[in-house]
Amino acid sequence: MLAFISIRMFKKILIANRGEIAVRVIRACHEMGIAAVVVYSDVDRSALHVRKADEAYPIGAATAAESYLNIQKILDVAARSGAEAIHPGYGFLSENAKFAQACADAGVKFIGPTAAAMEAMGSKTRARQAMEKAGVPFVPGTSRGVESPEEAEQVAARIGYPVMLKAAAGGGGKGMRLVRARGELKPALEAARSEAERAFGDSEVYLEKAIVNPRHIEMQVLADECGNTVYLGERECSLQRRHQKVLEEAPSPLVDAGMRRGMGEVAVRVAHAASYTNAGTVEFLVDQKKNFYFLEMNTRLQVEHPVTELITGLDLVQLQIRIAAGEKLPFTQEDVHLRGHAIECRIYAEDPANNYFPSPGKITLLLEPSGPGIRLDGGMYEGWTVPIDYDPLLAKLIGYGTDRDQAVARLTQAFAEYFVGGIKTNIPLFRRILRDKDFRAAELDTGFLDRMLKRPEDKPVNATSAEVAAIAAGIFAALGSPAQGAGNGTAGSSKGSPTRADCNWKQTSRREALR
Amino acid sequence: MLYDVTIDGKRYRLDLNHADGRWSCRLDGRDLEVDAVLARPDVLSLRIGNMAYEIKSERVATDMHLWVGSTCFAAEVRDPRSLRGRTGGGDDRGPRKITASMPGKVVRLLVHEGEQVEPGAGVAVVEAMKMQNEIKSPKRGTIQKILVREGVAVNAGDVLAIVE
Repeated sequence: MLAFISIRMFKKILIANRGEIAVRVIRACHEMGIAAVVVYSDVDRSALHVRKADEAYPIGAATAAESYLNIQKILDVAARSGAEAIHPGYGFLSENAKFAQACADAGVKFIGPTAAAMEAMGSKTRARQAMEKAGVPFVPGTSRGVESPEEAEQVAARIGYPVMLKAAAGGGGKGMRLVRARGELKPALEAARSEAERAFGDSEVYLEKAIVNPRHIEMQVLADECGNTVYLGERECSLQRRHQKVLEEAPSPLVDAGMRRGMGEVAVRVAHAASYTNAGTVEFLVDQKKNFYFLEMNTRLQVEHPVTELITGLDLVQLQIRIAAGEKLPFTQEDVHLRGHAIECRIYAEDPANNYFPSPGKITLLLEPSGPGIRLDGGMYEGWTVPIDYDPLLAKLIGYGTDRDQAVARLTQAFAEYFVGGIKTNIPLFRRILRDKDFRAAELDTGFLDRMLKRPEDKPVNATSAEVAAIAAGIFAALGSPAQGAGNGTAGSSKGSPTRADCNWKQTSRREALR
Repeated sequence: MLYDVTIDGKRYRLDLNHADGRWSCRLDGRDLEVDAVLARPDVLSLRIGNMAYEIKSERVATDMHLWVGSTCFAAEVRDPRSLRGRTGGGDDRGPRKITASMPGKVVRLLVHEGEQVEPGAGVAVVEAMKMQNEIKSPKRGTIQKILVREGVAVNAGDVLAIVE
């Protein structure tokens, strides 16, 4: 990384999060010589982020509202520990303008944008109004919530069906309805409104033209507090299930240098319009003719930030911390070069065979992959019980290669090595995606996963493997391993061998020492 | 030692003996050269002839799973000389346990004791990670007993109710 002129770097940072992102931020802090303070709820005492931290403070019950979402408790810990800054990670309080403001009021630096910038981007309708002024292209529709079914029908008639109804305060697919024809509009509007009210406490719903099977491509931006803003290339996030991202890659196979520059410059304009600082992401929908439309801005570090880190060679979390400390960006747009290709797979505790239902529980066996171009950002360990109370994201496996084919090959190998026992994960889904013909050909859009999952899986049936399993079952039973039931895994023939090896090793070293 | 092994519903007869660090193996009447090292609990490095395999073992609720590479097999081992018989199985007569398929919180009971249920009828709703899963009755019968209350936490494999 290029040298910064450090004026006043933090000595201690509080991480108001849990799971893999808390561990990721701890690593960045330690690399910079900064002490990492964490908070944890009652069910997270044994979580990995507590093990890796320098200081850890309990903040209450498992329910997020009483712990990770409790602003007062987190600010109390900041005061008690003497932390000078708070990194919010993603989710929880990361996009909460009240929290950013409360940090500022308490004299603790919030590592992220200002409350005002968050508010400008937090409501999708308000963001659209600001973007309209800044001349940013967005999907045709209303920039305000629709008041009545009649108004909705007029707008829909003007822009043409199909249209999409979306909650102004929304995210994650909640309060969203696709409307194909006029007859469906009124009931869909009512349903979207009541869902938005229930999910976000805000029934404002707006309407925009639905882009059929769009691509979802986002642009990473980084802005210091001295007025410099750069874009760090795009991420292709079209692989989604129920509007949740599953796999992301950078760069997008669809985007060429010209399109990247166009999207990047718009993203920088978006950031400027909101006086944005720190790391942020501008999301675009891209139609089949490669037209891109502003969708929303995420005012935080994204789950999928590692793919950008790998292709730019930058450490986004460290840069976030340096920007928050008041440092200038140590490079300009011309210094940013993309190199190679990176793909991230989100490992969730969910059961692909049972409609992706969450599968918390105890991890009885964990075999993690390694090797060239493999990065694993995890928040789990063997013997840990995944609590039932939080998001099921366990880890992110990221593959990097000189090109997309190599990244895919490296990930395919890594998934052959990866094993999480005791709970169900979506690892088998990634094995299937990575060998899919359309995925390999980079034929991606937001409908990809649904289409792939509708096709029957061509599982190679291997009679030999079944026989191997039969023999292994017998050997596990003969060794009295847990495979048979109650028992002790280290019993049997291997019991003697480590001791023998140990003795041989000692004898050898004694002989060596005598020489 | 003779074992009766079932892999994904297919039965194998396995004669396996272990002496002086060597295995002798006969699978369905065929002699096979086998060499095994338990690399760590639940991970077996297996050679059959010169072919090498890594097998992972995992217990999920009451089932044993064996992974050969990335393929998962449901395994059941019986030692014919032992008195341990099959448990459960496909038998539709007699009482059947209704178990939680995953850990979570019982948010709703959909039946009461003494109620008649059809196969596939919802018995309880278990919530984890903000998602709800309906646990269904495996057979037609009467709910003999309910062993949980609404609001309690359950683990995978815990018995929620018994249907007779």
